Amino acid sequence: MRALLLFLAALLAAPLAAQDGMPPAPYAYRQLDDPAQEAQAAELMATLRCLKCQSQSIADSDAPMAGDMRHQVRTRIAAGEEPEAIRAWLIERYGDYVSYTPRMTAATWPLFAIPLVLVVFGGIIIAKRMRRRT
Amino acid sequence: MNRLRWFLWGAVAVASALFALFAYQLSQPKQEFVQSAMVGKPMPAFSLPPASSSRPGLSAADLADGTPRLLNVWGSWCVPCAAEAPQLDALERSGANIVAIAIRDRPENVDRFLEVYGNPFTRIGRDDISEVQLSLGSSGVPETFVIDGTGRITYQHIGDIRPEQVPKILEELRKAGA
Repeated sequence: MRALLLFLAALLAAPLAAQDGMPPAPYAYRQLDDPAQEAQAAELMATLRCLKCQSQSIADSDAPMAGDMRHQVRTRIAAGEEPEAIRAWLIERYGDYVSYTPRMTAATWPLFAIPLVLVVFGGIIIAKRMRRRT
Repeated sequence: MNRLRWFLWGAVAVASALFALFAYQLSQPKQEFVQSAMVGKPMPAFSLPPASSSRPGLSAADLADGTPRLLNVWGSWCVPCAAEAPQLDALERSGANIVAIAIRDRPENVDRFLEVYGNPFTRIGRDDISEVQLSLGSSGVPETFVIDGTGRITYQHIGDIRPEQVPKILEELRKAGA
């Protein structure tokens, strides 16, 4: 019984030890007072990748670093920065990977171009068949 | 009829090429770390108060005084940082000037860590909300950056420095002008 209790206590203790003991950044969990600004911040935070837990957005993650990123986003928006400027600031540091919103760049343009090409190609085939039938 | 057959073979070829691409990509190791895009760029402006009672704080100006340095991003709460401590000591003994940024850390914890694992740092800045870490493009602890004498970032090492990686770090420091 005692061993079991100790084991359970150890289970609780290990994850705690893995985290730092500092309080979260001021705006990690606090919303901005202006609802319009908070809405802007929330929209941006949902499209930024948490760098610690890379399958989550910083809006979804409880990692301390995600909290620090939310603080950055909220304080910058409160200071009047445009959401896209904040996104650009992060991309400048971490590359496109940090943003979930796809951008058209030299490497990604085929993703946007191929569907258009396929639609045109399909349209040509359909047009040809229609003409043959009549 | 012949045209249709060629068309079908073409479709098979395209599909095979796609599957070959998928197989190749799936067999490649996953890139787990996010590389900083700041390598090659100047250090962003910052100024941090001291994180320990024994060393001064750190500012961007300290990194642009002509001496190439290692900048260790770290935390006393981080286990790999303790594993890396002997390698940082070895780097210091080899003549490297090492400064540090303590992420989300308390001075008493920093002091205790340095007492136990040694203190190879000449300066330690205190970054309570990861602000400088974010402006560096660093995504975790520990990470080690090589900064040349003009304050430009020339190299980033992600994760703890293993003993066999010490020569590579020293070489990068030499390339930065040390």
